[in-house]
Amino acid sequence: MLTGRDDLLAICRSLVQPTGLVALVLLLVLPFHALAEGPYQTREAFLEEIFSGKPPSPEVIWLRGEVKETTAEILGHAYPGIRVRYWGVDNRTAWVLEEIGKTQPITVGLVVNDNGIESIRVLAFRESRGWEVRYAFFTDQFPGIKLTDERKLDRHIDGISGATLSVRALKKLSRLALYLHQQTVQENDSSQ
Amino acid sequence: MKLKPFSIATAACLLLWSQFILADGPQATPTIEQLWEIIQSQQAEIEALKKKQQETAQQAADADEKAEAAVVAVEEVDTKTAGVASWVDKTTIGGYGELHYNNFEGEDNEIDLHRFVLFFGHEFTDSIRFFSEFEIEHGVAGDDKNGEVEVEQAYVEFDLSENMRAKGGVFLMPVGILNETHEPGTFYGVERNDVENIIIPSTWWEGGAALSGYFANGISWDLAISSGLEMPTTGKNAFRVRSGRQKVSEATANDLSYTGRLKYTGVPGLELAGTVNYQSNATQSNNDGLNEGILYETHAIYNRGPFGLRALYARWNFNGSAVSAAGADDQYGWYIEPSYKPWEKVGLYTRYEKLDGARDQDQFEQWEIGANFWPHPDVVLKADYRDRSVDSNSSGADDVKAFDLGIGYQF
Repeated sequence: MLTGRDDLLAICRSLVQPTGLVALVLLLVLPFHALAEGPYQTREAFLEEIFSGKPPSPEVIWLRGEVKETTAEILGHAYPGIRVRYWGVDNRTAWVLEEIGKTQPITVGLVVNDNGIESIRVLAFRESRGWEVRYAFFTDQFPGIKLTDERKLDRHIDGISGATLSVRALKKLSRLALYLHQQTVQENDSSQ
Repeated sequence: MKLKPFSIATAACLLLWSQFILADGPQATPTIEQLWEIIQSQQAEIEALKKKQQETAQQAADADEKAEAAVVAVEEVDTKTAGVASWVDKTTIGGYGELHYNNFEGEDNEIDLHRFVLFFGHEFTDSIRFFSEFEIEHGVAGDDKNGEVEVEQAYVEFDLSENMRAKGGVFLMPVGILNETHEPGTFYGVERNDVENIIIPSTWWEGGAALSGYFANGISWDLAISSGLEMPTTGKNAFRVRSGRQKVSEATANDLSYTGRLKYTGVPGLELAGTVNYQSNATQSNNDGLNEGILYETHAIYNRGPFGLRALYARWNFNGSAVSAAGADDQYGWYIEPSYKPWEKVGLYTRYEKLDGARDQDQFEQWEIGANFWPHPDVVLKADYRDRSVDSNSSGADDVKAFDLGIGYQF
């Protein structure tokens, strides 16, 4: 018999007996009185912040030919649309993209500056697990990352146990934003 | 440089006039009136051209507007078909499965569709969602069959704030490494480790309510009140924790179970966690020699570059005369599992486990070595070899040497 086992059980007993069913009812009732609404940050608020209160008009990249194929290759599936909106000034572009982690879409705002990730922010996270990807201790790994010739990230991202699919979703969206940014640069170069 | 209409008309007249002279020889000089007529005629033509140009520009703008409207319509149809605003988009399906081949030394070999799982989820609003997991174990279920059909998760989750969530329904207990995350590609070994089978009875799910909170520094907490275990006190599985799972199937709920977990994941690649689960009566009935039970578990995971390490310790304490007399009042297990990924798609590992469960066959130490190969991030091929030495050989409690192969997937 372990020393202190009975004491530990007594503590547990005293903690739960008076509160058990009451707490259960509270937990079930609480949600109806205190529901959070919407994303952590709206797309509009994200753009206002990124462009210091003066976001430019949106532009689009059409997904056709090689761009469409490469986009599907990066995501592992076709992009759910025929064009992607972005906001850009000079060589700096902002993107609001979505990708499913395990079962629910994660909405992510990304800023690319001079072909490197400037910042990445989770605007809405709907998965049951993997919430860690929202926070700076994870997203701080991304600034400065660029795309290799094979369209992979040029730096290793340490994952989070139990959040493999959410981490993978953010890595895919980073690759996609970097790739699409390259296309905007090429389009601008060819139109000049 | 912009030319005024009058200048253009004048130039045109002069050009016309000069050609007329060159073609037909010397002609009489046109009078001022004639020139004025020509100029007026040219001016009218220019006005007509300008009007036509404006109409064309307007038509182009109209066409652009229509094209934009058509694209938006296509995107909306796409969205509705994929279902962003519709029921279809808010409902998700996924799944995983694994097939195992076990080659036992001195025993019959086995091939088993160990798990076939489908997920169904639905997002009612941005802050209320449903998630479920439906599983068939061992290929076929029914009377006298090996398998089972199980609903392992079916809960509704509510976002209470940016950092707090509540859920009610059937959910996985927040304990250990594998209990909540056990898709085949996420762990090493064809079979799951034994500590999280015998001591932590994974997959362990209960019905009840839970509250979770997160902080920006990487600390999170969970509290759950749920149905409890109903462990047998007699027979070959007496005091075996795994046999106490009621699986929320008309479960006796005289005595509830209470769980608390604290977790730290504030450094990428690192997870430190501890869970306490209190069973107010582990048999759901009195005077049977087994009363309360408490599980405390702690684990660490660290992945850095190609190197990985997992370690877990779990221990049950029960009180009651019968469980103490049987020597099953203290059950524990731990394991340590270092791993290395020489390539992105290949991982090697070894694992040492030590267990002291209720039954003779649940008291052993085991070495395991093996490899995972991921041809795709969602597909895994596995191979391992395990060598188990039971503490005391008896009927049904033999040493085990086995070579295992497995294939798993998730989507």
